[in-house]
Amino acid sequence: MKGLNIIVLAKQVPDTRNIGKDAMKANGTVNRSALAAIFNPEDLQALEQALRLKDQHVESTITVVTMGPVRAANILRDSLFRGADKGVLITDKKFAGSDTLATSYVLSLALKKLAPFDVVLCGRQAIDGDTAQVGPQVAENLHIPQITYVEEIIEVKDNYLTARRRLSNGVETLKGTLPILLTVHGSAPECRTQHAKRLMKYKHACTPSEMSNEREDYILMHDTKHYLDLIEWNVGDLKAEEVYLGLSGSPTKVNAVTNIVFTTKEFRVMEPTDKDIDALMAELVEHHMVG
Amino acid sequence: MNNVFVYCEIEEGKPVDVSLEILTKGRSLADQIGAKLETIVLGNNLNGIEKELFEYGADIVHVGNHSNLDPYLTLPHAAIIAGVFKNEKPRIGLFGATSIGRDLAPRVSSNLKCGLTADCTELIIGDHFDKKLNKTYKDLLLQRRPAFGGNIIATIVTPDTLPQLATVREGVMKKEIYKNAKKGKVVSINVDDFVGAEALAVQIIERHIEKKELNLKNSNIIVAGGYGVGSKKDFQLLYDLAEVLGGEVGASRAAIDAGFEVHERQIGQTGITVRPKLYIACGISGQIQHTAGMDKSAMVIAINNDPHAAINKLADYVITGEVSKVIPKMIKYYKQHTK
Repeated sequence: MKGLNIIVLAKQVPDTRNIGKDAMKANGTVNRSALAAIFNPEDLQALEQALRLKDQHVESTITVVTMGPVRAANILRDSLFRGADKGVLITDKKFAGSDTLATSYVLSLALKKLAPFDVVLCGRQAIDGDTAQVGPQVAENLHIPQITYVEEIIEVKDNYLTARRRLSNGVETLKGTLPILLTVHGSAPECRTQHAKRLMKYKHACTPSEMSNEREDYILMHDTKHYLDLIEWNVGDLKAEEVYLGLSGSPTKVNAVTNIVFTTKEFRVMEPTDKDIDALMAELVEHHMVG
Repeated sequence: MNNVFVYCEIEEGKPVDVSLEILTKGRSLADQIGAKLETIVLGNNLNGIEKELFEYGADIVHVGNHSNLDPYLTLPHAAIIAGVFKNEKPRIGLFGATSIGRDLAPRVSSNLKCGLTADCTELIIGDHFDKKLNKTYKDLLLQRRPAFGGNIIATIVTPDTLPQLATVREGVMKKEIYKNAKKGKVVSINVDDFVGAEALAVQIIERHIEKKELNLKNSNIIVAGGYGVGSKKDFQLLYDLAEVLGGEVGASRAAIDAGFEVHERQIGQTGITVRPKLYIACGISGQIQHTAGMDKSAMVIAINNDPHAAINKLADYVITGEVSKVIPKMIKYYKQHTK
């Protein structure tokens, strides 16, 4: 079989899993801007699945696509360091405020521009929203089948892909026709680390928007080393219709946001001694909490 | 037209709990907006299924029977739901936030170009004021969900597109037999009208469903462990305590990421939500990701060697000490003082 055209959809997210003291405001709410921007964990696991496919089908091309501000290009470089071939940044102020439907519209346009492709991979969900909607919405827009919660791609053969998926109460092996979209579950293997040689090679990869901040000699490198060019697309490049973008293209609106405030309630401190624990257990039994 | 629709998920020929929970909620939403409650149930050999759905308040049950509909596959189910919604034009469409509902609802939303809110924990009928348009929308579905790793609660509305679609988290809404339940209408879905050959692009090769022995959600007592438990081996102590107390073992995301426990036992934002009578948190620091899934527990005992662990803020009793020393003492007392 010839190489596959594999696309990975990835998102740069604030690290909502590690909210340290620095990220807490005095009123007990989270200071979102203080959180580090990271490669969404399940998207990174999706990249690993792409790399494994390429290990088997060595002529394959892996293109990582991300939509976000210019700094999201960091995850494209990270992907190149780990083994991806190309990076595409989709960025435009007009995308601000997009919900999942508006986001999936834009990603679908980008995929149409990258067609024909065989496999589209993305994480099940991003940790800043946990919606798990964008993958299936993109698949529906493109009229292609999907396999969600993938743990392992078993094989790609004769225009079919077979994968094992994780359900809340078991596992399932499915076989679907190409092209197909897979969302990768957190129980899939972690992504391989950055490769030192690739890091040296792609260190100065950048998008046209980033170029202006680069040193002149690095900019000149792009003249001969085209692999350093990250692709950048905006609304015009994608021929996106503005009514489907950003806030106006998002059917869901935020009515209200309530910050969770960490409050303290009264608690009794018990020592880890026989006496205290016996007293606690006696209370539990007496109040029919146990037994 | 304009009714409340619930996608009823089937497991071993019976509606799953979350579907009955949403039917109960859907009934009250429908009553508030003066609409009917309809449900769509898809599978094979579902004759008689409507009886239980009427009990939970459905006025109309749409049934699709076909061998291609069981076990669940994305494309045929999505094609039918989107097709029925196009014909029936619901005002509200609800799905369980299960592996199936979260696979299906986004495709329906994309097909109909409608807004969808994931993992709602609360649904209310209310008004929405749009500042920019200076316009008030009446009787919208206010969809509440935790967001941003559980650090905020967002209320989402879908003012301009119908149906207003949402998936609803399992176990957060109460299922209740409807007191005015009556025998409603059954509508048979002609599956071939919606499911063409292209909807069969994916086939099931193998299926291994683990027996639902684990019933964390309905357990009265939960002994949960975090990263602080230390190792997979040390989790055995939690099982010992759960066994003598007649409870179940849960875990935080940190413990699962560390490989101490399996995903099925994860409690919290990205796991399941529990509300037991007694929650014993062992070596759990108490990040919001975890507490979002257990903060409705009636009583919380926190065992942690960090006297300032965030979990203490939710606790009724705090034992500052090693889990490995405290639990055996609890087991010992319990064994000696109860039969």
